[in-house]
Amino acid sequence: MKYNLKVWRQKNSKSEGKLVDYTIDSINPDMSFLEMLDVLNDNLVRKGEDPIAFDHDCREGICGMCSLHISGRAHGPQHAATTCQLYMRSFKDGGTIYIEPWRAKSFPVIKDLVTDRSAFDRIIAAGGFVSVNTGQAQDANNLPIEQAHAEKAMDAAACIGCGACVAACPNSAAMLFVSAKISQLALLPQGGPERNIRAINMVNQMDAEGFGNCTNIGACEAECPKEIKLTNIARMNREYLLASLINE
Amino acid sequence: MSTLNSKIPEGPLAEKWSNYKEHAKLVNPANKRKLEVIVVGTGLAGAAAAASLAELGYSVKAFCFQDSPRRAHSIAAQGGINAAKNYKNDGDSVFRLFYDTIKGGDFRAREGNVYRLADVSRNIIDQCVAQGVPFARDYGGLLDNRSFGGSQVSRTFYARGQTGQQLLLGAYGALERQIGLGNVQMYSRHEMVEVVTIEGKARGIIARNLITGELERYFGHAVLLCTGGYGNVFFLSTNAMGSNATAVWKAHKKGAYFGNPCFTQIHPTCIPVTGDYQSKLTLMSESLRNDGRVWVPKSKEDAKAIREGKKTAADIKEDDRDYYLERKYPSFGNLCPRDIASRAAKEACDDGRGIVPSGLGVFLDFADSIKRLGIDVVKARYGELFPMYQNITNEDPLKTPMKIYPAVHYTMGGLWVDYELMTTVPGLYCLGEANFSDHGANRLGASALMQGLADGYFVIPYTVGNYLSTEIFVKPIPTDHPAFVEAENDAKERAEKLINTKGKKTVDDFHKELGKIMWEKCGMARTAEGLTEARKQLQQLRKEFWSDVNVPGTLNEFNPEFDKASRVADFLELGELMVIDALNRNESCGGHFREEYQEGGEAKRDDENYRYVAAWEFKGVEADPVLHKEELVFENIQLQVRSYK
Repeated sequence: MKYNLKVWRQKNSKSEGKLVDYTIDSINPDMSFLEMLDVLNDNLVRKGEDPIAFDHDCREGICGMCSLHISGRAHGPQHAATTCQLYMRSFKDGGTIYIEPWRAKSFPVIKDLVTDRSAFDRIIAAGGFVSVNTGQAQDANNLPIEQAHAEKAMDAAACIGCGACVAACPNSAAMLFVSAKISQLALLPQGGPERNIRAINMVNQMDAEGFGNCTNIGACEAECPKEIKLTNIARMNREYLLASLINE
Repeated sequence: MSTLNSKIPEGPLAEKWSNYKEHAKLVNPANKRKLEVIVVGTGLAGAAAAASLAELGYSVKAFCFQDSPRRAHSIAAQGGINAAKNYKNDGDSVFRLFYDTIKGGDFRAREGNVYRLADVSRNIIDQCVAQGVPFARDYGGLLDNRSFGGSQVSRTFYARGQTGQQLLLGAYGALERQIGLGNVQMYSRHEMVEVVTIEGKARGIIARNLITGELERYFGHAVLLCTGGYGNVFFLSTNAMGSNATAVWKAHKKGAYFGNPCFTQIHPTCIPVTGDYQSKLTLMSESLRNDGRVWVPKSKEDAKAIREGKKTAADIKEDDRDYYLERKYPSFGNLCPRDIASRAAKEACDDGRGIVPSGLGVFLDFADSIKRLGIDVVKARYGELFPMYQNITNEDPLKTPMKIYPAVHYTMGGLWVDYELMTTVPGLYCLGEANFSDHGANRLGASALMQGLADGYFVIPYTVGNYLSTEIFVKPIPTDHPAFVEAENDAKERAEKLINTKGKKTVDDFHKELGKIMWEKCGMARTAEGLTEARKQLQQLRKEFWSDVNVPGTLNEFNPEFDKASRVADFLELGELMVIDALNRNESCGGHFREEYQEGGEAKRDDENYRYVAAWEFKGVEADPVLHKEELVFENIQLQVRSYK
C-alpha cells in the first residue's frame, strides 16, 4: 500500500513549524501506524535526512506516551485505540494522511510531533493521590468495597494520561483527565478524607496550567483511547462545588 | 575463590528479616534531610523507592527517560501480583510462596531473599489498597484472586488485565505527592549515562538531558538503579521500545558485578511474529492460561493445511488435537511455568506442527471455557486483552482460538546484589528487574510486580538507612570534583565517537542483527557450539558498529536516534556477556536450556557443579570477564528435580 503523508516538522520549541510532504510505499496492512513511521524514518536516515521525532514507548496501548493528531483526529480514525494500536489496514491505499502533534497551549511542542505534557504530572502532584505513607496501611480486606463502586473506580482509573482529551477539545480542556483521577478516588473510601481538598487543588492546578473550560462538547470522550466517560466530569463538578461550599 | 558476601542475616529463615530490621542502623530525622539519594528509573521499584525514601525525609532526586514517571514499562504488566494472603483459604502461606518461587526458579535463587519477598508480599497488597488501587473484588466487596502458573493456590491479585498500570499509578501518585511536597526533585526525559565513583563509593551520576542533549552532573550519597531488564538485547521482545540496559551496564563497567546474565525468560503467550517491519512483540497475559487451552494438531498434515489456509482450527476434531501441556504435565496442565510452556511450544513447532504461516505458533483456545462459563464471564475476566488481540491480529479470540508463540519477556539476571540490595560498589544499589536476586533461573508469573514493589516499598527504606547512617558526616560533594569531570568526559567522548562515525548502516540494522544472533544462539535452546560461534559474531558486529553506524543529527538537540544508538552500543557488549555466561553454565535450568544437558526432553540441572550464582567482573570490553561464584545454600528446601508432571 502507498500513502501521501503530510507531517508536521518543527526543529524545536522556539522555531516555527510546517507540514512537509512525504510519500511512502510497500506498506503492509498489518503494520501499526508507528511501524509505518519507523519505515519512513529508516528511509530518511538512509537518505541522510533528519528523521521525524515522535513519542512512543510500550507500543501496546498502555503507557500513554504515543500521541499524534492523525488527519484531524487524536490517535487517528479508530475508536478506543491509541496510535500505537492503530493499524494501516484502517487507511485507504493511496490516500493522504495528515500527521500533527497535540495542539494545545499547555502542551508546547519540543520537536516535530513531540510535546511537553508535564502539566499533567503537576496536576497529579496537586492532589491525585491518597496520602498514605509506606507502612501505614491496614489489612487490605478490612475495607470491603462494593463491587460496583470498585468497577466504576477502575473504569476511571484506566486513564493513561496521553492527553488526547485535551488535543480533541476545541477549548483545550483537561477536564476528562482531571476528572478521571478525582472520580477514581471519590468512588473509593480510601479517597474520602481528602476528597474536598483534592478537588479544589487539582482544579486550581488545572486552571493554573492554562487548560480551558468544559462546554459539554464531548470530543474528549469520543476520542479517548480508554473510553473514559463524560460522567466523570459531572462528578468532578459535583465534588468541586461541594468542596467549595464546605470550604467557605 | 570468591569474595562475595551476600550478608544474609543469621538465624532461622522466618526470623532473618525481622532480625535484620531490629538491628539495622538508623538515621535520625534531622540527618535524613541532609542525605541525598539518587533514584534512576521510576517503574514499580523506582517510584516506590523514591516515594518511600522521601516520606522518610531523605532528599531524593529521581530520573526517568520517558516524558513522565508514569510511563515506565511496569505499566504494561497485565495479569497480576502474587501475595501470600491466603484469603482463599486454599492452603497458601509465606512458606509456600517462598517454596513455589525457589522451585519455580529451578533452585538458583537465595533462600533468604526469597523468603523476605514472600513475607513482605502481604504488606504490598495492604499498601496498594490503601493508595486506592482498584483491585478486582467479589460481590461481598472483598479482594478477588486468580491462579497463575507454577502454583496450586490462587494468590494472584489483579485489576482487570491492567494490574501493572494500576500498581504503577499508585506508586506514581505517591511519588508525585512527594514531588509536590518538595521532597523529590524529578528529572524526566533524562537518561543516566555514567555512575560517578569517588574513593570506591557511588557518589552520583551523569545524565543526558534528552531534550537539549546536555550532559548534567548530579551528586548523591547513594545511587539506586531501578532501571528494569535487558530483554531488548534481543531486538524483538515484549519490553517497551525505550527499555534499555545502559544504566546497569555502565555500573557494571564501574565495578558492579553482573549476576547470571544468561537467565532470560521467554514468555509462552505472545502474538507471533508476522513480518520484518515488526518493532516489538505483544504479550498476552499468562492469566489467559487459566481459561485457555493450548494445543496443536496431532498430525503434521493438519498443521500444514492450517498454515496454508486450507483448514481452520474448527476443522480439527477433538480427537485430532494435541493439548500437549495437559498431556505432558497433567498436574499443572496449562498452568505449568513459563520456561516449560515455552519449550513445549517450541518442541511442537520444531516437530512441524505449528499453525501460523511461519510455522512458529500454537493455539490458545477459549471454546471450552466459554461453553462452561458463558461468553460474558470470560470477557469480563480478561478486560482489555481480547480487544487488544483482535485489534492487532484482526481475529476475534471469542470465535476462533488465539495464535501464540514464545517471546523474550523478562530477564532474571541483573546486577549482583547482597541481601541489602547493594551491588559490589558501596553505595550503589539495584532494585527490581534490574538486579538478579529473587527469581533464580525462571520467574513465576505475577512475581515481577511483587519483587519491584517489595524492593522499593519495604526493603530499601531499611537497608539504605543502614548504609547512610555511616555517611552523615559526608557533605554533598560539589560536582566540579575531578571524578564528575572525568565521568562526564568519558560520556562525551563516547557520544562524539558515535555521532561522528557517519557510516552506512542504521542503528536498527545493527540492533536487528544482534537480536537475530541472540535469539538463534542464546534464546530458548543453546549449545556450546552455537554460543561459541555467537561470541565471535558479536565481537565482529561490535567492531562493525563502531566503524559503520550512521547516527543522524547532532549531540546538542532532541535526538532519539542518538539515544537509541547509545543504548544499542551497550546491548552489543552485554550480549556477549550473556553468551559467555550461557557457555559457562554447563547445565540446563529454568530459562537456560542447554541442549547437551537434558533428560527425556526436560532440563537437567547439575547441582554438584553449578549450584551457584555466576557474578561477572568487568575487565575491559575486549577482555574476558572474571567469574566469581556465590554458592547457594539450601537449608530449608530439599533440592529436587523440578517436576510439574
